[in-house]
Amino acid sequence: MMKHMIGAVGLSLMATTAMADCGISNGRVSIVGNEFPAIQTIGSGAMECAAGGVTVETNLTADHQKINVDGMSGDPAEYTSAIIANSSIVALINEDVIRPLNDLVEKHGGDLQPNQLIKVGDDVLAVAFMANAQHLVYRSDILAEVGAEPPATYEDMLAIAETIRSEGILENPVGGAYAAGWNLAQEFNNMFLGYGGVHFEPGTAQPSVNSEAGVNALNMMKALSEYMNPDFLTHDSNATNAEYRAGNVALMNMWGSRAATLVDADGVPQEVIDGFAIAGPMTVGGGSTPASTLWWDGWTVAKNISDEDAEATFVALMKAIDPAILDDAEISKQAVWLLEGYEPTPAAVGVYAAAEMGTTPYPYLPFMGLMHTALGNELADFMQGKESAEQALADVEAAYIAAAKEKGFLN
Amino acid sequence: MKHRTFFWFFLPTALAMVVFIAAPIVSVVVQSFHVPHEAVLVETENCGPFGCTTSTTVDQEATAALREEAPLGRFAGFEVYLDRGHLATAEIAAAWRTSETWGTFFSTVYNLPFYRALAFTLTYTFVCTPALIALGFFIAVAVNSLHRHLKGLVIFFSLLPMIVTPLVGSLILFWMIDSRGVLGNFIQYLVDDPGLSLKASTSLMWISLIVYGIWSSAPFAFVVFYAGLQTVPQDTLESSMIDGATRWQQIRYVTIPHLMPLVTFVALIQLMDNFKVFEPVIGFTAQAHATTLSWIIFNDLGGETRQFSAAATTSVLTILGVVILLSPVLVRTWRDFYGRRV
Repeated sequence: MMKHMIGAVGLSLMATTAMADCGISNGRVSIVGNEFPAIQTIGSGAMECAAGGVTVETNLTADHQKINVDGMSGDPAEYTSAIIANSSIVALINEDVIRPLNDLVEKHGGDLQPNQLIKVGDDVLAVAFMANAQHLVYRSDILAEVGAEPPATYEDMLAIAETIRSEGILENPVGGAYAAGWNLAQEFNNMFLGYGGVHFEPGTAQPSVNSEAGVNALNMMKALSEYMNPDFLTHDSNATNAEYRAGNVALMNMWGSRAATLVDADGVPQEVIDGFAIAGPMTVGGGSTPASTLWWDGWTVAKNISDEDAEATFVALMKAIDPAILDDAEISKQAVWLLEGYEPTPAAVGVYAAAEMGTTPYPYLPFMGLMHTALGNELADFMQGKESAEQALADVEAAYIAAAKEKGFLN
Repeated sequence: MKHRTFFWFFLPTALAMVVFIAAPIVSVVVQSFHVPHEAVLVETENCGPFGCTTSTTVDQEATAALREEAPLGRFAGFEVYLDRGHLATAEIAAAWRTSETWGTFFSTVYNLPFYRALAFTLTYTFVCTPALIALGFFIAVAVNSLHRHLKGLVIFFSLLPMIVTPLVGSLILFWMIDSRGVLGNFIQYLVDDPGLSLKASTSLMWISLIVYGIWSSAPFAFVVFYAGLQTVPQDTLESSMIDGATRWQQIRYVTIPHLMPLVTFVALIQLMDNFKVFEPVIGFTAQAHATTLSWIIFNDLGGETRQFSAAATTSVLTILGVVILLSPVLVRTWRDFYGRRV
């Protein structure tokens, strides 16, 4: 992993001398974003445009969400661009700190595919460069041992898990990022959408998670958790991946962006590396929509900056997502790129399948963040068997309503 | 000291206190009485890589106009204080009316986030504080009786838990008590239950957090008491020995009374610190089992939509909690001070 990153940095440094000219002469570019390999690539790509009157800075950190709104609220804004996903763009839209990109797309956006443009109404507010989704990751060797096909539904997953346990191969064959908080809420969202649930009454901010779909989703999560490590409420994606790498897990729902590099770490047993396999997301309860959500990552341009800086930022980021970066096999593997000419690598089949199966995009409504927080806080009691599914969902709605009233989304 | 000299002497401190203590508290209190404007929502067509959908979004122009008019937001009075996320008066009243037994009433109250956090915070505070004072005192007495060549080394090791950053310390302990970790495995061996997991049980998680709290703060009590032990009057100690006092009696009747003001000091600081307990909940990923008031503030600010008013309200309630908690000790100190002068 580290070696690859050094390789990528080395490459970009060499490239700096070769093609420093991005067609801009002046301007300040300052990018804030998350820090996984694909975004590192975007950051170093934009850095290449630093020359002459153009300064480029990046601040790539897992805490980007805590600083991007504040960093873009000033006038002039500290950050001229934030790299965000479909959940986190909501905060930027709600606070009105990003500018419509229509004019810049017209002037400099020649290479963009139409589906890269994130539009709210007529305004282009972001340019997406990669897709992400949670999907099945499994151990093909263990499944072959019990004579099972990769599960297409969560019901199949339960049955296979039972077989693996009863044959004494693994005690807790199912993995899941069920850590109380954001992760647990996200798993609920997946399952809830898979059962055909809708988070809000259409056209309003009124919650509608306390429904049959909600109860079914919780019961399925509870059933799955019986096959998980008993500490599942403390396992986030990192801990779940560690369980998989240690060979303790045979089936799990995992992020596409993490699946590509899952078994690259040091000390992973050979059978885990050999058995590593990816498939599309699963459906649940006889539904046809996968129990997963589709995500995109993209970049925005701040509102409170000069037109010159905005143009420089746009051009530098366009340079960073130049389809030519896909010629590097390492970069091509880092994500499911939404760029022209991208060919899915074997690691990308899960996300590709998710998109083809018509997975629901993560709902980016102004009040979805509050719902996500409420779900994360209130579902742990049910998962521990301390209260009923109905009570847990009633608590979620009550917590959400209190928060939504405070934020002015509900009266 | 002349008043004039005192004024100039104290001015820098006073300024710093106003800027760094008083002003933030005022701003938090003001924030807690205001909530954001009602969002003006409109239906728009949103498009992205996965197609177009009609969905709700905030009408920026209308909202900006509202903000321009009243930058602080809507005045809400005690609305946020009383909502479900805080004092939850309506929910408690309803529980009072409908619950038939005390048990159901308490479990309904415990289901509310603020009271649940308060329950753990208070338990943690009132178990940790006396325990760490006792442990710190015990270590101080033990170290004090060591040979002087050994003292330096032992003091260094006794201070380690305090030197380690709380978050890092709790993370280390978190992995050690994992069911596959060193301590977790050892405990499984002790109780002869290979399925035991400290992280899966609420009561064991509470115990782990409290043990961590005592472990990380005992060195503070130890340092203070150890310093105090160096000032124990040797005359009194020697005369008690001549009177035939045992080691225990020396400690009970000479050392402890001498250290009492320090005990008050440590209790004061630690009550305050423990009431604000935060890092171990994060380090132990304990939110499914134990939450604290500080954790609620962090959580309100950590979501994709940040709830400043909710966080400010919990902050004010925390400050009030600290004041209530410290009032007996403060009153006592006040009385001691004036009692002596009169």
